[in-house]
Amino acid sequence: MLTYKKPKKKKTPAKKSLATQVDIVPKKGEESWLYSDIVKEHFFTPKNLVMDASKVKDYDGLGMVGSPACGDMMKVWVWIDKKNDKIKKMQWQTFGCASAIGATSMLSVMVSENGGMPIEQALKIRPQDITSRLGGLPTRKIHCSVLGDKALRSALNNYFLKSKQKNRIVEEHARMIDKIAQVTDHDIEEAVLEGAITLEAIQKKTKAGVGNPEVMPEVEQLIKFYREKYFG
Amino acid sequence: MKKNIYLDHAATTPTDIKVVKAMEPYWTREFGNPSALYSLGQKAKHALDDSRQIVAKIFNCQPEEIIFTGGGTESINLAIKGVVLASNLKPAHIITSNFEHHAVLNAAQTLKNQGHEVSLVPVDAEGLIMVDKLWSAIKKNTVLISIMTANNEVGTIQPIQEIGAKLKKINQERKAKKLPAIYLHTDACQAAGALDLNVEKLHIDLMTINGSKIYGPKGVGVLYIKRGTVLQALIDGGGQEKNWRSGTENVPGIVGLATALKIADSKKESENKRLTILRDWLIKKILTTIPKTLLNGHAQKRLPNNINISILDIEGEALLLYLDAIGIQASTGSACTAQDLEPSHVIRALGRPYEAAHGSLRLTLGRSTTKNDLIYLTKKLPSIVKKLRQTSPVSVNMDTLHSSIKKYPREITSA
Repeated sequence: MLTYKKPKKKKTPAKKSLATQVDIVPKKGEESWLYSDIVKEHFFTPKNLVMDASKVKDYDGLGMVGSPACGDMMKVWVWIDKKNDKIKKMQWQTFGCASAIGATSMLSVMVSENGGMPIEQALKIRPQDITSRLGGLPTRKIHCSVLGDKALRSALNNYFLKSKQKNRIVEEHARMIDKIAQVTDHDIEEAVLEGAITLEAIQKKTKAGVGNPEVMPEVEQLIKFYREKYFG
Repeated sequence: MKKNIYLDHAATTPTDIKVVKAMEPYWTREFGNPSALYSLGQKAKHALDDSRQIVAKIFNCQPEEIIFTGGGTESINLAIKGVVLASNLKPAHIITSNFEHHAVLNAAQTLKNQGHEVSLVPVDAEGLIMVDKLWSAIKKNTVLISIMTANNEVGTIQPIQEIGAKLKKINQERKAKKLPAIYLHTDACQAAGALDLNVEKLHIDLMTINGSKIYGPKGVGVLYIKRGTVLQALIDGGGQEKNWRSGTENVPGIVGLATALKIADSKKESENKRLTILRDWLIKKILTTIPKTLLNGHAQKRLPNNINISILDIEGEALLLYLDAIGIQASTGSACTAQDLEPSHVIRALGRPYEAAHGSLRLTLGRSTTKNDLIYLTKKLPSIVKKLRQTSPVSVNMDTLHSSIKKYPREITSA
């Protein structure tokens, strides 16, 4: 996921020091950072952050996903331009690592820039849309960014509920894949995000298809689907 | 200029410049293979012998009881798997704690996958092994107990001497009943350089240490194997290290480890004294200046250099990145820095909920640490925590937290 920058060709001095004749040389004076500069910017100076939740007023929708136990939790407030069915503003609070904080901050920029994002478009935001705007995330950190879009949808659902547009409420359905092991497509999605990208690894994590081999082709298909969705 | 304050000595230590100097001749000049008969080889062999003697003296054992390996993880694997494989029992049974380093836990898991039995003994809320449960876990086919001398994350020092002494008596009874002897292995990687490694006093059969935690080189370890211990090699080859660890010896690394251990041993007393004062000062300072904090591990029975505190409502990785930005390097038990996305099993074993594990901050002091470094840290930390707490929608109730720690089930589990 991290982009590889081609090293700039240097004009070779006549004689190199012994250390630079080999390939592995400690980088002197360079900042080395796990994340892209964009993530760094959003992490250290978060945009649209709520500093005191008790002072947030007159919002149109509030959504929350995750829990501190699972490592990430996000709370999202939205303000709606009702006439144009657009998001005017989004504010948030996040408990989580740099990816989680950076992803929520970036999401808040994405939905409010250029005069606001139409709600229909906002409902379709996928985690990788946020990730790519962040300039990529290290593979094993992608799971930290997947709550942002869910939190936004949850806030929009809250708005639909409050504004009596129940027909617009989007429910996140989980589909049962393995009835015996009680494994849903969401479970498999989560497992893939956590790095289980082979059938064996998925089975170790979820027990899908263990003692129920007829569901294996579907499990394999889902692994392929989610692998392409997140890492493709 | 940006500060550079390294407070992650439990992860690894810088190699002492004296150690580097001691290793230097053995790269290019005295490069011989210790198995070779000509003088170049014999010089390398002498260096090995000297190193073995240095380690043996500090362990209070015979040089023949010391073997060198490729690191702490390898020594642990050899001790645990070697004893089980040599026992010829199927299943053999081993006992360890749910609090050990992954090298121990995963080696045990592999044995379990191969049909052997593993019991994990719990620790109490302060990280001390529940010794009564340890004894109740013993079965007829038990061949090994492996308990760490001191924990790498929260620094708790285990009563190894007490366990060793009691086990000696148990083994005498087992001998009369014609049951297999139970060996005692201790992972002393974190304890080396701080605690007494006298194997006779501790009554242990196997002990692991490594170079990279004692200002020595990485990739080299020691396994103490008490005379008479039956062990099967994991690496076969030319029969080096008494057939227990084949492969041409890492002479510079071994010389480095021995030198590092000698230096660490000579500094032990004064460093322990100095670091204990700094440790207790820092713990008190953080706990009193930052609300909603919780010390992980025992207040006194802990390594002199270890501070581990859960800072509630924030996530450890975010905290580490803020600290890194002001030049402080530390560590956390948060899942976000782990490969497997599970927060620290050590903090969880204490009975702390996930929230506390995610917000844990480990600071491990070392030779270069000064009071000024810690003053700088304590000046900066409260505002970073405040900022991150403002970002966070979480507010953990401390009373609920404490009562859930009390209610945490502490039972023997099987890996």
